Amino acid sequence: MTDLIRNTAAETAAAIAAGEVSAVEVAQAHLDRIGAVDEKVHAFLHVDTDGALSAARAVDAKRAAGEELGPLAGVPLALKDVFTTKGVPTTAGSRILEGWVPPYDATLTRRLKDAGVVILGKTNMDEFAMGSSTENSAFGPTGNPWDLSRIPGGSGGGSAAALAAYEAPLAIGTDTGGSIRQPGAVTGTVGVKPTYGTVSRYGLIAFSSSLDQGGPCARTVLDAALLHEAIAGHDPLDSTSIDAPVLPLVAAARQGATGDLTGVRVGVVKEFAGEGYQAGVMQRFNESVEILRGLGATVVEVSCPSFSYALPAYYLIAPSEASSNLARFDAMRYGLRVGDDGTRSAEDVTALTREAGFGPEVKRRIILGTYALSSGYYDAYYGSAQKVRTLITQDFARSFADVDVLVSPTTPTTAFPIGERADDPMAMYLADLCTIPSNLAGNSAMSVPCGLAPEDNLPVGLQIIAPAMADDRLYRVGAAVEAALDNQWGHPLLEEAPAL
Amino acid sequence: MSVIDLVPYDEALAAYDPVMGLEVHVELGTATKMFCGCSTELGAEPNSQVCPTCLGLPGSLPVVNAVGVESAVKIGLALNCEIAEWCRFARKNYFYPDMPKNFQTSQYDEPIAFNGYLDVTLEDGEVFRVQIERAHMEEDTGKSSHIGGATGRIHGASHSLLDYNRAGIPLIEIVTKPIEGAGERAPEVAKAYVAELREVIRALGVSEARMDKGQMRCDVNLSLRPHGREEFGTRSETKNVNSLRSVERAARFEIQRHAAVLNEGGSIVQETRHFHEEDGSTTAGRIKDNAEDYRYFPEPDLVPVAPSREWVAELRAALPEMPRVRRERLQGEWGISDLEMQSVLNAGAIEPILETIAAGAPADQARKWWMGELARHANETGAELGALPITPAQVARVSELVAAGSLNDKLARQVIEAVLAGEGGPDEVVAKRGLAVVSDDSALGAAVDEAIAANPDVAAKIRDGKVAAAGALVGAVMKATRGQADAARVKELILERLA
Repeated sequence: MTDLIRNTAAETAAAIAAGEVSAVEVAQAHLDRIGAVDEKVHAFLHVDTDGALSAARAVDAKRAAGEELGPLAGVPLALKDVFTTKGVPTTAGSRILEGWVPPYDATLTRRLKDAGVVILGKTNMDEFAMGSSTENSAFGPTGNPWDLSRIPGGSGGGSAAALAAYEAPLAIGTDTGGSIRQPGAVTGTVGVKPTYGTVSRYGLIAFSSSLDQGGPCARTVLDAALLHEAIAGHDPLDSTSIDAPVLPLVAAARQGATGDLTGVRVGVVKEFAGEGYQAGVMQRFNESVEILRGLGATVVEVSCPSFSYALPAYYLIAPSEASSNLARFDAMRYGLRVGDDGTRSAEDVTALTREAGFGPEVKRRIILGTYALSSGYYDAYYGSAQKVRTLITQDFARSFADVDVLVSPTTPTTAFPIGERADDPMAMYLADLCTIPSNLAGNSAMSVPCGLAPEDNLPVGLQIIAPAMADDRLYRVGAAVEAALDNQWGHPLLEEAPAL
Repeated sequence: MSVIDLVPYDEALAAYDPVMGLEVHVELGTATKMFCGCSTELGAEPNSQVCPTCLGLPGSLPVVNAVGVESAVKIGLALNCEIAEWCRFARKNYFYPDMPKNFQTSQYDEPIAFNGYLDVTLEDGEVFRVQIERAHMEEDTGKSSHIGGATGRIHGASHSLLDYNRAGIPLIEIVTKPIEGAGERAPEVAKAYVAELREVIRALGVSEARMDKGQMRCDVNLSLRPHGREEFGTRSETKNVNSLRSVERAARFEIQRHAAVLNEGGSIVQETRHFHEEDGSTTAGRIKDNAEDYRYFPEPDLVPVAPSREWVAELRAALPEMPRVRRERLQGEWGISDLEMQSVLNAGAIEPILETIAAGAPADQARKWWMGELARHANETGAELGALPITPAQVARVSELVAAGSLNDKLARQVIEAVLAGEGGPDEVVAKRGLAVVSDDSALGAAVDEAIAANPDVAAKIRDGKVAAAGALVGAVMKATRGQADAARVKELILERLA
């Protein structure tokens, strides 16, 4: 049974389609694994045993009836608890939504179900996706399967940990400032932030509407591509959704896996190095660049001077939008309600509920955003941040005139110990230094494992950045690096992780 | 209700110059809401026309109603506005339980229509041009009902009920520039503006604009300044004034109240005011100092609206005739005076008259019946002309019967009354009541002979050539036939017999 949980999604789907194993057996194996290890890992906030088995039975029935199965039919998946699931609790990691059962499916949820993907449950996350460690979850932290005393990254730490702990071969994350890529990097898994507007946000509980983007998490680049193709595509329910065909991502991953990057131009972002970057992270990153060169890519250094303003701009735009997006949690229609004893006004109940229901980081950002949008400060803060956004987009455009992809470390350090940065928001915010520019510009980016830092034996991620609507380049380059490294190590990186 | 001694109106105007700003919200008559597919039908079970989007459920997103945008552009064009080539929605952030997201999706510094005007005709025929600042799109809030208090307001209530059926219904907010120079006619201008705007909205077919149903709501902002001063005084904002008459009364009351405060050396508090229908007064609402901050920012969940110039040109070309232009045209066609036209307007008779003309009646006849017999009846019963139980086609038929000589004026009035009383259509009434004019000689002969016999003196005069005296005998015959005789034929018969 061990193989059932260690197989890739592609292998699992093929085995189910060939009748070598049933979807129910696969689902049960993963539910058993969750039962065995999740007490330690705490990747899941809610395990939907009945829903998962029933979805698996449906796939088996379809196969028995001779119907054609999709490329991911019967493959289990861990869904970040920020996407609505009809009839299944959805909290966004917040006390204020504890017990809320959405009456509707997110478009992404709907597409997964339609593809026959078996949703095992909802994964832990920083409250409202605000954080880089999953410590901001109202329901307790998640452990990094490489070292349970360390953070699995955030905000999608639950999804990344579920992959690394073999609780699921696929997971969904959302990336507002790095929440897919940074957890991928620190858990030795693959995470992709698609081009903004290519995966529907309908049913994604908003943190920062202009930055949020759902995307695939997996243990291999090919699996990420399969999942990415399943969830992408135009959605009329999301006005910011781009009406364009889904790119051939799986084909790009297969092409990349052949290991030939001849003619691919790679740019190393000069600004993503120096103070604050762990030596072992830079070492593995530099080795990756050499691997790219070895595969036939040409490598040049590029400069994106505006990137140094990305973090401050992000911490004005994201909290501003969040302060408005989170206003709806007022105890009137759903979720937590505190102090409604018949004597208090609606305003008081709203205030008491928000006081009790939001954690400190969420409150910090609501206050920051409220301030940044205030009359008299708007131009200086929100307005300036939007200008920085334009400059960053221009930096990318200039770079992509000369190169096909950019590369950098995904995050400056390996997984830090739980609690280490909890009281130091600025240190925490630095974890997203390299990932934020792509959110501000709306282009696509991937984190792919590139080894362990020698000083702590913890995973390091290589970030590959592509222009908007060129996500296929990520898969070609990512799969090539993955194949070369797997070949060098003799096995996938994750096999080096200690047993749980 | 007011505790202040108002300054007499003329006195207030002698000292001060009023400046007004009018903000009108129009609920569009689209089939679905502004940002989701829920029905906009009025009167449904509370919270039955809601979905994740208009309830503001976590994860939900808005999608713009294309018909809403089209209606906004039409309104902008009808108000002689420029139409933005590119504009965005903005979030207006504030907390209120009946607002599901605790922000209203509206427009801020990029309205879809701006810089227009609307010419309004005052009662004496003078035309006043009201400058339009902007018209923008937004969504309505839900509705709160406060239970347990005496007044229905939140004060004193034990609990409140929320109905989100209205949440997300498309609104167009139309804001005037400061209306200056109206002087003592400011209240009249306010009323005429809202009335004209209502006609425009209805002519465009984008809303029924029924003020009594809340489909059109007006805020009256007013300030006074001493004559000769440029700078505006502090304004009050009287909210939700929901009839034409109330708009006029609210403006008038505020002029008198402001003058009273200013005369006593006081200063006007910048606040919202509630209008009271019962006595036409206003009372203080919420203080609106400049600390109020809606933290507007562009709505990131929606893409910009960019009406193409071609599309705007198409909409412009397809605009219906504007009410004022139409009124002037009809007045010309009908050949009536300003005053007569004004009474047609006041009576709400334009549509019935036009429909009656369309049904075949001559214009003067159509107008005569609707402005005469029918207007009187409507007045007596307190009904709208359009709501009377008689159709324009029936009025046209009566007019036709008169023209054909089958009915005379007196009989026609009886037919109309019978139709209104529900006795059936004109032909049915004529048949049932036997009201047709009698012109048959054999039927009239006896009555003529009787009249001659009963009035020998008159008969003698006629024999002597005093033909004019025949009128008295005609009258006698009409009386005897209960008005049904064909008076012209009766006269001929009398003259034949006495030749």
